[in-house]
Amino acid sequence: MADSTYYKPEDLGKFGSITEMNKELGDKFFEYYGKVFEEGALTAREKSLMALAVSHAVQCPYCIDAYTNDGLKRGITETEMMEAVHVAGAIRGGASLVHGVQMMNIIKKKTM
Amino acid sequence: MPSLLKRGADLANARIQLDKLQSLDTDLIPHFGEKLKTSGLLPLKPTGVDILQINMGKMCNQICKHCHVDAGPDRKEIMTRETLQQCLDALDNSGIKTVDLTGGAPEMNPEFRWFVEEVRKRGVHVMNRCNLTIVLANPKYNDLPLFFKEHQVEVISSMPHYTSGMTDRQRGNGVFDKSIRALQMLNEIGYGKEGSDLKLNLVYNPAGAFLPGDQNSLEMEFKNRLKKDFNIEFNQLFCITNMPISRFLEYLIESDNYEDYMKTLVDAYNPTAAAGVMCRSLVSVGWDGKLYDCDFNQMLDMELKENINHISKFDVEKIKERTILINQHCYGCTAGAGSSCGGETA
Ligand code: SF4
Ligand code: SF4
Repeated sequence: MADSTYYKPEDLGKFGSITEMNKELGDKFFEYYGKVFEEGALTAREKSLMALAVSHAVQCPYCIDAYTNDGLKRGITETEMMEAVHVAGAIRGGASLVHGVQMMNIIKKKTM
Repeated sequence: MPSLLKRGADLANARIQLDKLQSLDTDLIPHFGEKLKTSGLLPLKPTGVDILQINMGKMCNQICKHCHVDAGPDRKEIMTRETLQQCLDALDNSGIKTVDLTGGAPEMNPEFRWFVEEVRKRGVHVMNRCNLTIVLANPKYNDLPLFFKEHQVEVISSMPHYTSGMTDRQRGNGVFDKSIRALQMLNEIGYGKEGSDLKLNLVYNPAGAFLPGDQNSLEMEFKNRLKKDFNIEFNQLFCITNMPISRFLEYLIESDNYEDYMKTLVDAYNPTAAAGVMCRSLVSVGWDGKLYDCDFNQMLDMELKENINHISKFDVEKIKERTILINQHCYGCTAGAGSSCGGETA
């Protein structure tokens, strides 16, 4: 077990097998998933970049792997991909930082 | 960097490439023939011979990292006028209506213009795989766009990306800017313009160890970006998968991507793409006149069997009856939407 880890790259390819233990919900999920990423009011390309950003925000190594490769296949440039990751970084950073207002409120209330 | 051959690299040897292709565990990468069998395509047979693809020589002004020909300025193999004449005889005797000129840079063959003129005199369509930078490589090539126009040559040009970074990393520093200039020159004389008969098609192949995405979406993206950034127009974008042979094979091995890439190709096997592989409708002539099922088999020295192995013995009926020689590299033609010199096949 010395070289085993929680995350294994080959598990990404087995994602589809989650239907084994609950076919109905699994199938519904994949149908929904497929629909979400179709061309719509947003292009499939835009959705791919959003998925890449969200993957970083939720820190899912499988999704990062999947959407980096998806981006390469779509001809999305590394500059575009890195900008998307910075969007995730900015929102996550901002989400922490904006709570500083709460901290300041308390400080201001409790101190002279 | 010089070609594999010039560097004396093992992979310059076709036998060693084939050994490498067959070295992976068949649980991981089943024999391509086994896969074809499941699609009812074994033995693989031609559906016709619509195109004569001619490799006019391995000499090229570029030295792209992914080149499956191992072409470059240091390669001196060039098709002679005698062999080109045999190609013309083959056209006369077979009724084939399209030739596909490739290389290296076909334009560097000193007989290039004579040959194109002779083919066109016969009313045969000419597709020329032009790497674009050749047009600016030397003043003697500056008028190539006009020559193409005069002879109604269809131009097919490589463009791995609409930005310079990806393009130059694959094809060499400065290639992007020169390619853009050459495309603008072609546009200026009517190539790739809406309503014009002068066809300018681009070939996209990934700049790395991944498969090309959807051809239509990429075409749209290329059209928008090239128009907006450089006012360039073109007709179609063909997506081509990089074949795991020659310099691309070297890259795969050195970057530790070889096994994963082969696995990706196998996982993406598509029976519809397999039914449309280009070897079923073309035959390929090497610089020395030898015949092959395709340009890839040519680079692996997999020549046709003895009674039909040279352009001097060209017999279209016998060629139509041949069994196509396959090996593990063929997975490159059957992945996803398929890949051929004309793009997707499925
Ligand atoms: S890929 Fe084409 S342009 Fe590049 S070195 Fe090979 S033959 Fe020349
Ligand atoms: S590599 Fe050549 S022989 Fe193999 S499938 Fe592709 S075109 Fe056919």
